[in-house]
Amino acid sequence: MTERLTAAIVGPGNIGTDLMFKLLRRSEILQPRYMIGVDPASDGLRRARSVGLEASHEGVDWLLAQDDLPDIVFECTSAKAHAANAPRYAEAGILAVDLTPAAVGPYVCPPVNLDFNLDAVNVNMITCGGQATTPMVRAVADVVPVPYAEIVASISSKSAGPGTRANIDEFTETTSQALEVVGGADRGKAIIILNPVEPPLMMRNSVFCAIPPEAGEPGDLQDKILESVHAMVERVREYVPGYHLRAEVQFDHARDLWQGMARVFVPIEVKGRGDYLPDYAGNLDIITAAAARVGDLMAAHRLGIRSSWKSSSDLGELTGAPAPASSAPLDETAGV
Amino acid sequence: MADLSMRPEDVPVTAAADESEVLANTPTGGGERDLRITDSTLRDGSHAMSHQFTEAQVRGVVHALDAAGVQVIEVSHGDGLGGSSFNYGFSRVDEMQLIRAAVEETTQARIAVLMLPGLGTVHHLKQAHAAGASVARIATHCTEADTSIQHFGAARALGMETVGFLMLSHRASPQTLAQQARIMVDAGAQCVYVVDSAGALVLETAQERIRAVIAEIGHEAQVGFHGHQNLSMGVANSVLAFQAGARQIDGALCALGAGAGNSPTEVLAATFERMGIRTGIDLGEVLSAAEDVVRPFIPRLPWMDRASITQGYAGVYSSFLLHAERAADRYGVPAHAILQRVGEYGYVGGQEDMIIDIALQLQSELSMGDLAAVGVR
Repeated sequence: MTERLTAAIVGPGNIGTDLMFKLLRRSEILQPRYMIGVDPASDGLRRARSVGLEASHEGVDWLLAQDDLPDIVFECTSAKAHAANAPRYAEAGILAVDLTPAAVGPYVCPPVNLDFNLDAVNVNMITCGGQATTPMVRAVADVVPVPYAEIVASISSKSAGPGTRANIDEFTETTSQALEVVGGADRGKAIIILNPVEPPLMMRNSVFCAIPPEAGEPGDLQDKILESVHAMVERVREYVPGYHLRAEVQFDHARDLWQGMARVFVPIEVKGRGDYLPDYAGNLDIITAAAARVGDLMAAHRLGIRSSWKSSSDLGELTGAPAPASSAPLDETAGV
Repeated sequence: MADLSMRPEDVPVTAAADESEVLANTPTGGGERDLRITDSTLRDGSHAMSHQFTEAQVRGVVHALDAAGVQVIEVSHGDGLGGSSFNYGFSRVDEMQLIRAAVEETTQARIAVLMLPGLGTVHHLKQAHAAGASVARIATHCTEADTSIQHFGAARALGMETVGFLMLSHRASPQTLAQQARIMVDAGAQCVYVVDSAGALVLETAQERIRAVIAEIGHEAQVGFHGHQNLSMGVANSVLAFQAGARQIDGALCALGAGAGNSPTEVLAATFERMGIRTGIDLGEVLSAAEDVVRPFIPRLPWMDRASITQGYAGVYSSFLLHAERAADRYGVPAHAILQRVGEYGYVGGQEDMIIDIALQLQSELSMGDLAAVGVR
């Protein structure tokens, strides 16, 4: 066993619980040690205890009062909570991976900018929609200029927790910014739709990019865009195997109404891998998978070793997490 | 693509509007009216115009509605503030410019805006308020009212009158709708609408929803009804809604709106007048507004054709119509087959992007010879 760093998860809802199982199953460097909540009746706290974590409902105050502080904390609460907690973690010398849209630290999306500053003490995982769509915008922007990128993230109502619902503007604003900062568009716009239909819909993301008129016609540029998009899909699939194109990429000719630009449309579906959450909740899976991978990398950097992150193909035989819980209660989720 | 280069938060909120009078919990006010008709020609009608309204058209319509005595006039992109996009269609003229123009044309009417959480934001509301809008209508799918809480709070803090919009109301039971209306009222809504976005409610199914919502919130807020004509029920449902206690009713001149259009404002005015129910609207003036102002610029009158009737029958969000027709043209599959499948899959307002998906599916089924699946009989 290599040397390990300890992790705390703050926010024992669906995201925090799913993240805990991912770290337990897939990281040889990060040891989940604490699960922190505020409700003594939390199912997530109970579940954390059952797999050997110390769990407390007394919040971040309790965590920071421990003699043995964690090396890294994963924030799975709300943007507001993280904005308040971030300086306290920093003061205590704890690294923070932020799964809320608080955007205290720089945005990170593993297939796009894993070369982020590994010395950063706080990194932000954007939003679920941001994790799903910025790689596609980046893939297009790597080939042609993208003056405008727009995404529509459709998620099942059951997978949108109270944190997302109460602060839906933070989702659209943070995701829009990430389309620019990480995706490489001059301007980004994000839209989120909640759909309550039963059985629940898989997470769907539509990515539209304005592209130069010549890229709207069949030819070399289109071929390069297609190649770039397909390659990026494979990079995301390394850690989110359920990420795939729902249909082939669609190109539209330039139109006056689009200020003379052409358009490319990339339809993405994300099937979760059921570490804890049902498979329709691909939106939760993609952000916990990204956060776990980023945390693992930050820890490896601190230890001066290589990340030992297990890709999906390595995992067939591992056990320790419950079977995919198709009936997992989706009522405690924090920021998506 | 009027706002392609600017995101809303970059636009300074300036020119504070006059503090508009807020009518608190008595939006009909005055005592001379039995109900209040809100005209949505310049919002829902934006769908039927593919969001290409000009400032001159907006000024003309507002001037005529204001003169006819209509008290509230809604002006926004069809999908609400911030709707100008690839997914829903880009506005020809920036909606804030249209709102300012509308405000300038009014003498007594107030300008309302629509906003869908997840698409528009509080920042859009502040911009619209600064442009002079004084009624905020916040719309969610009929089971997702809790996504609107921050927006009602913000609208009330701005001093705007507030209206909640429960879209695709046919998809929720009367009891569920009442619970969702409760969430909106607790968040600050002064009226909650049963919104028949698909034109799928038929008489009793409309009325029982109004009754359930009134039973839950009727002593704290008003209740409204927004109808569509896909099954030709808009006006009849509106009358039944009024008889059940609804006191705000939506219409649009010449039915200009999504799908087969909205309950026509001029027909609502004539029908209610015939029934002795006071709307405060001058019938001659509103008939002229429809015939002389709106009709001349409409490229295609909304109509109950195969596609829009399918929307009512299958319960499909009305604004999907033109998107389905465009996808039908591009992918060579029938629009009504696309809409039928949208209904089967249960897509909600805002999921216009799924129409491309379905068209591609149908196209591939067609190429495999499954003609029946695409409605070829």
